[in-house]
Amino acid sequence: MGTVNETPLPGIGVRYDFDAEGGTRLGVIHHRTGLRELVLYERDDPDTAHDLIRLSPEDSRTLAELLGVSQVAKELAELEADVAGLAVDRLPLDARSPFHGGTIGDTGARTRTGVSIVAVLREGSAHPAPGPAFGLQGGDVLVVVGTPRGIEELAVLLRSG
Amino acid sequence: MFLLELGGVVLLLAVLARIAVRFGFTPIPLYLIAGLAFGSGGIAPLVTANRFIEAGAEIGLILLLFSLGLEYSARELVGALRSTVTVGVLDLGLNFLPGLLAGLILGWDLVASIFLGGITYISSSGVIARTLDDLGWMGNRETPLVLGVLVIEDLVMAGFLPFATVLLVGGGAAKVGLSIAIAVAIVAGVLVVAERFGPAISSAVFSHSDEALLLGLLGLVLLTAGGTEALNVSAAVGAFLAGIVISGPSADRARSLLVPLRAVFAAVFFVFFGFLVDPASIPDVLLPAAALAVIGGATKFATGWIGAARGGLGRRGRIRAGAALIARGEFSIVIAGIAVAEGAERDLGPLAATYVLLLAIAGPIAARIADRATSRSTASVR
Repeated sequence: MGTVNETPLPGIGVRYDFDAEGGTRLGVIHHRTGLRELVLYERDDPDTAHDLIRLSPEDSRTLAELLGVSQVAKELAELEADVAGLAVDRLPLDARSPFHGGTIGDTGARTRTGVSIVAVLREGSAHPAPGPAFGLQGGDVLVVVGTPRGIEELAVLLRSG
Repeated sequence: MFLLELGGVVLLLAVLARIAVRFGFTPIPLYLIAGLAFGSGGIAPLVTANRFIEAGAEIGLILLLFSLGLEYSARELVGALRSTVTVGVLDLGLNFLPGLLAGLILGWDLVASIFLGGITYISSSGVIARTLDDLGWMGNRETPLVLGVLVIEDLVMAGFLPFATVLLVGGGAAKVGLSIAIAVAIVAGVLVVAERFGPAISSAVFSHSDEALLLGLLGLVLLTAGGTEALNVSAAVGAFLAGIVISGPSADRARSLLVPLRAVFAAVFFVFFGFLVDPASIPDVLLPAAALAVIGGATKFATGWIGAARGGLGRRGRIRAGAALIARGEFSIVIAGIAVAEGAERDLGPLAATYVLLLAIAGPIAARIADRATSRSTASVR
């Protein structure tokens, strides 16, 4: 991954931008409201955004799919087909879950159910191989690998602690 | 009769808001003009709805400041302070002094002049955030600077309001000193509480029921505002600080829940300020207000220009940063409202109203002109 600049926009959200290989600078503004804006900068003036594309949360998910963020999940699905007895699933984390605001370590997923959390999908982007200190929040989708039974147990655990 | 009057006023405000949206500018100036028309000396003075509007204005003021506090987390405040403090000091110097000096030249006492300084200083975060969004400037490189300046101004106002209110109430040196000490202690105390217990308080207030959350927040902010007012530190400050304490999911939900409520009561607040101003006194202050508006526009433009230049931005970014900052609005009226309520200088109300009328309209227009002037290359790119 290239260098991504992160700029806080107080009261609005955060802006990320980077120089694409073709020379164009691209940016994404994460509004706190969930709105995303895709920014294209002018080639001869890095200060000026010459185009701004507004994306609703739904649009961002669609675009992320098209850009291949779901690759992680797809490759895992292929893995599942290869190995008998091993299941891969996506478990959504509800905002009412006791682990909303907690960490992966807090869930004790591996020790209690034998299931590994191999990626967290959040707002259209994937966080592969999250560590135990990775913070969870409502709306996350956890990509998990384990026995089918273990995954069922984990789903219950995520709901009710 | 009461309902008829109130209904008429609210419906008129609705029409004004529609007109403002239609032409893409802020409705604040129109609300002020409506207030002028309905107040004593206006064309259609209200008889029965005044009481409600007065109480509503107080709630409007509290909600304005509360949602301002909600906008920023303590972390964002500290971040903005670090990155933009030099420009923030420059902003204060360039935009506070013209008001202060103008007050003294007009022969006002020092306290009224300090209030006028506050009025000329503070930009309108509401109007400016809207303009940045409308013009598609959120992605531009000068935008973090512009937002950073607004954050610092809001912080300065949190310190300014209690300080100025204490001066306004007056009393002996010992009494003023004590009041200032109380004010500083409250602001510092709340910031410490926000830092350490903010998340705990926020999750205590949080509820999945919108009704319970909204009522909980309202109760909390009214109590805080009332508490600071009882200590002579202006209800507005308490409301702002309460907003800073609330963070996380409570704040996210609260922001969207409060929008309609704030829209109604803030409109009432602007109308009420118009009430307090006698339209007959406006012609007398028109000249100084216009002169001050020209100066205030120029000094804000200079602030943005210099700030952007320091940040290494090119000419176009500097023009945009300068133009974006010009708009004044709700917070100038907040400051003026406190002074007028305490019976400061007679001309302060009309002068502030005229100043805000001019710059709330001129600011977004300047930004649009800057947009056209700086986006000439867009055509060639597309």
